[in-house]
Amino acid sequence: MRIQWLTLYCIALLLPMALQADQIPRIAAASSLQFALPKVLIEFKQQTGHSVRVTFGSSGNFRRQIIQGAPFELFLSANESYVNALVDLGLTVDSGIIYAQGRIALIAPNNSPLKMDKDLNGLRQALDKNEISRFAIANPDHAPYGRAAREALKKLGLWNDIQSFIVKGENASQATQFAISGSTQGGIVPYALAISPVIARSNQVVLIAQSSHQLIGQKMVLMSGAGNVARQLYDFIGQPQAQAILTQLGYQGTSMNQ
Amino acid sequence: MMDTTALILSLKLAFWTCLILCPVAIFFGRLLAWKQFAGKAWLEALIALPLVLPPTVLGFYLLLGMGASSPLGQFYFSLTGHHLVFSFDGLLVASVIFNLPFAIQPMQRAFEAIPTNIREAAWCCGLSRFESLWRIELPLAWPGAVSALALTFAHTLGEFGVVLMVGGSIEGETKTIAISIYDRVQAFDNTTAGTMSAFLLVFSLMTIGFVYRLTYRRRQQVRSMTGDK
Repeated sequence: MRIQWLTLYCIALLLPMALQADQIPRIAAASSLQFALPKVLIEFKQQTGHSVRVTFGSSGNFRRQIIQGAPFELFLSANESYVNALVDLGLTVDSGIIYAQGRIALIAPNNSPLKMDKDLNGLRQALDKNEISRFAIANPDHAPYGRAAREALKKLGLWNDIQSFIVKGENASQATQFAISGSTQGGIVPYALAISPVIARSNQVVLIAQSSHQLIGQKMVLMSGAGNVARQLYDFIGQPQAQAILTQLGYQGTSMNQ
Repeated sequence: MMDTTALILSLKLAFWTCLILCPVAIFFGRLLAWKQFAGKAWLEALIALPLVLPPTVLGFYLLLGMGASSPLGQFYFSLTGHHLVFSFDGLLVASVIFNLPFAIQPMQRAFEAIPTNIREAAWCCGLSRFESLWRIELPLAWPGAVSALALTFAHTLGEFGVVLMVGGSIEGETKTIAISIYDRVQAFDNTTAGTMSAFLLVFSLMTIGFVYRLTYRRRQQVRSMTGDK
């Protein structure tokens, strides 16, 4: 009697695994895609009837997890080098393509003293007037958008003065959260996150001049053993329709070259 | 190879946390060991909460509770002219809260272990409450006090989740050793991450090993002193 219950219990435990075997591919996506990618996926589902499971997170973490055997079929990174590293290890189908180019934006809560402009003159004035006590960016040591933010601040001659006020988010999302928390006077974050409705509603956003930093080329790649659905999605993201959605949601379009 | 700024910051944070929690732990430890009162179970549960809550919950509330627009954040700002969140002081507040169970629970066990007749003897000798605490209770409870402080110290060095959420990784202010290791790992700098991890591993093992040795030895002494086998 007891054995029967045990068997039943084991079967019950295994049931979800059996159900999961239905070929819904898992994809890994940079956290800065949090708002844009779901829109693309809705369109994809309408056209093909397929859905996927997305995990959002730090691209660097994904690179590590995939090397350790994480079962992702498609990886949408926030930069190029993490994808290239996987390509070099021979874990991918091909060398991947750039699916979007990211821009950065200055963001500040509506009540911040910061004057918003694309060349950060307002930020310079606020610094001179000692109005800045905390300013958020993603960690430039490892977050692509943090690196771009630092590059722009350096190029515009603000880095030395602002450095001691910088609060670093662990990734682009956390930097955005810090920037709009009201505990900082603002920050530099991915434009695609800044203009998402839930954030733009109560914050001021301005796109930072493109001359001040390199575009953040975001690469995606199919992992070896990717199934049919993941391959279809990969193609779909490269098509004009999906590209139009990404452009509309804050990314610079790409000409679909490598 | 080693982020010494971060290490020193962590040690400083651990030191201040211990200093603040020491009297708090003695007070609550005695209270919970000997007094019966309404809501005691709930107070104990409240103190134990940081053990079971995910750091994200604590981090989330601390971020809201200490933020520039929160009452606490504003009060602190009017007092000091600085913001509490993303500062060392803010980290200290967080550290004190998430270390409450590590400091109070060992103290409580230590006070519970003191036989009632010894305390009664102290009262009969006419010792005041403070004298009784200082000359009788604390000498008997000190292994508990040392474990409480050592655990708090080591746990502060090891705390990661809450600091990640409320710190902002500011050098010399909120970038603790655990955060520094994480940043190095994220930056694929395995060498530095490895060195610091190894250091923390050995240091934590030594601390806890030291505490356990101390408590074993002392417990035997206390047993022989009180005739309790």
